[in-house]
Amino acid sequence: MYAQVFFFMTFLENRKQLKYRKKPITLEHYPRVAIVVPCWNEEKTVGRTVESLLALNYPKDKLEIILIDDGSTDNTLAVMKTFEGVQGIKVIHKENGGKHTATNMGIAMTDTPYIGCLDADSFVHPEALTRMMTYFDAHPDTMAVSPSIIISDPKTFMQKLQKIEYDWAIFNKKMLGIVGGIHVTPGPLSIYKREVFEQVGPFRKAHNTEDMEIAFRMQVNKLRIRQCNDAYVYTVGPRNITALFKQRLRWIFGFIQNTIDYRKFLFKPKLGVFSLFTVPMGVISIVAAPLLLYLVLAKATSFVLVKVAQASVIGLSSTTAATFTPARGSFDWFDIPSTPYTYVVAILYILVVTSIFIGRSMEKDDDKISWPIYRIVPFLLVYSFIAPFWIIKAMWRSIIRRQVSWR
Amino acid sequence: MIDNDVRVDWKKYLLVFFITLSLFLTATVLSNSVGRKKFSELEQIQNEIALNILASETQFSLLEETRCEDVTNSILSDELNVLAGKLEEGSASIGGTNADTEYIRNYYFLLEIKDYLLMQKAQERCKLDVTPIVYFYGKSDECPDCEKQSIALTEIRSRGENARVYSFDYDSNISAVKTFIAINKVPRTLPALVINGKVYTGYQSLEDLEKIAPQLIKEVVEEKTTKTIKTVPVKK
Repeated sequence: MYAQVFFFMTFLENRKQLKYRKKPITLEHYPRVAIVVPCWNEEKTVGRTVESLLALNYPKDKLEIILIDDGSTDNTLAVMKTFEGVQGIKVIHKENGGKHTATNMGIAMTDTPYIGCLDADSFVHPEALTRMMTYFDAHPDTMAVSPSIIISDPKTFMQKLQKIEYDWAIFNKKMLGIVGGIHVTPGPLSIYKREVFEQVGPFRKAHNTEDMEIAFRMQVNKLRIRQCNDAYVYTVGPRNITALFKQRLRWIFGFIQNTIDYRKFLFKPKLGVFSLFTVPMGVISIVAAPLLLYLVLAKATSFVLVKVAQASVIGLSSTTAATFTPARGSFDWFDIPSTPYTYVVAILYILVVTSIFIGRSMEKDDDKISWPIYRIVPFLLVYSFIAPFWIIKAMWRSIIRRQVSWR
Repeated sequence: MIDNDVRVDWKKYLLVFFITLSLFLTATVLSNSVGRKKFSELEQIQNEIALNILASETQFSLLEETRCEDVTNSILSDELNVLAGKLEEGSASIGGTNADTEYIRNYYFLLEIKDYLLMQKAQERCKLDVTPIVYFYGKSDECPDCEKQSIALTEIRSRGENARVYSFDYDSNISAVKTFIAINKVPRTLPALVINGKVYTGYQSLEDLEKIAPQLIKEVVEEKTTKTIKTVPVKK
């Protein structure tokens, strides 16, 4: 709750300065940028990814696109090769070594002052790069810029719910960006100054969350990360609950492990919001989620047990009738819960829903239809129930020190 | 674009802390406020019961001059069952102190005893078609079957108009309840029921109750309706 209030305060302080640029913009100076696209078995999406890069509103002679095939076992390399010969595109094949090795290879192959990293299942808005580059111009201390990520063309139920979650993240990430507390420069396009890698070194495996670890490393080296709210990047969300669970398990596990690795940098005022707020709040959320789940499950279990007992005594049909028969026609205070916990949770949900809607309004991309409002209900229900499970599993994996795989 | 300084803004942290704290306080205030409403609702129901019983006693004392046809089940307070249900629903969340809740519960037991005595008088005088069931329960760890028993009695009470369930905490400190236990010679084998002056210990299913008091189950079968179930309270 503290975190959400913190974000609202930040939003109220800065809302008039938030920019939403609709029209194509022109930079005074176009620095050379290389976008590295590490790929492993992305035959279905990599073509569209490259097409979106080619459609960027950025001078072609200033843009390098480095496609690295990290030992894919499908047709990824063949798809990549169809772009060979296109201006600015390099296609490289290497033995499988992990995403960080592929990205580092791409970075080593270029000498551009700005380097972007883009996952091969993500597609950039034509204006994304230009808008992101304005942050480097406007604030010379900016060392990396991350975009607003939107779920691309959600089809399945879980993807539709993720779209809401990502809108919530647009709000939270922007607020973190404003106060300098970003803890991840996400794979779906982050742009770094070359000095970042010169100062803090290349990407590391980092428990399969290399984009989080590099942000941690930047933060402890006081390298500023900003978030460009109107630079949109579309990413393909996991199609089903199993894939989503795996992805989140990896993210949470990575957060826990990176926090452990960087624990000596926690609660250091000189490291700012990242050290005092972002990571501690992340830890508190991780601990709180299973506790909330426990309380909900305890209530649900008690309800089910009573119903089972009723069914065993008076039969199932009577129990059902009793459950669904309205107790009293008129208003009754006894219909309203009165435990403080209920009200705390209600206030928390109000704050969450409000920030989701602010995030939704910040997703001002005219090309895409936003989600219907009613969908927030299944989103809250499903995420409230399943999120604690991947958190618990990530905690358990951390305790038994068992790594989490990519897919 | 925004260029906030990353320096720690302690004032903001503090302000956010106080706002968060005020939200928690708001939750507590809301919770207490609803709890108080529930509590006052209970008190109101109690007052109604007390008034009903007083009215019934007065009416009963006039029985000598009243024809039995005019004395129906209506002399007994229906509110007693409403209070029973609310005590059960709200036992964990009624506002006020534990002492307040305990007071209401004790008062409820006394009202039950008064109602029971009144009903017996009415039965003797006018042969009312009402079967009183006195039910003694205990804490869930001591009486695991009490919940089931409570459900069975709730079911009987909800389906038939002629059953009147009086439930008591076996460990109540109210001397009247202790006397009630002593008079009926109820052993500490819970749940315990007193039906037609006879004590039954252990869980009594609907089938068992049918054998004990066929008129109750007859009502159950005949009047299978979807009436709102009024709960027989079980001490948590």
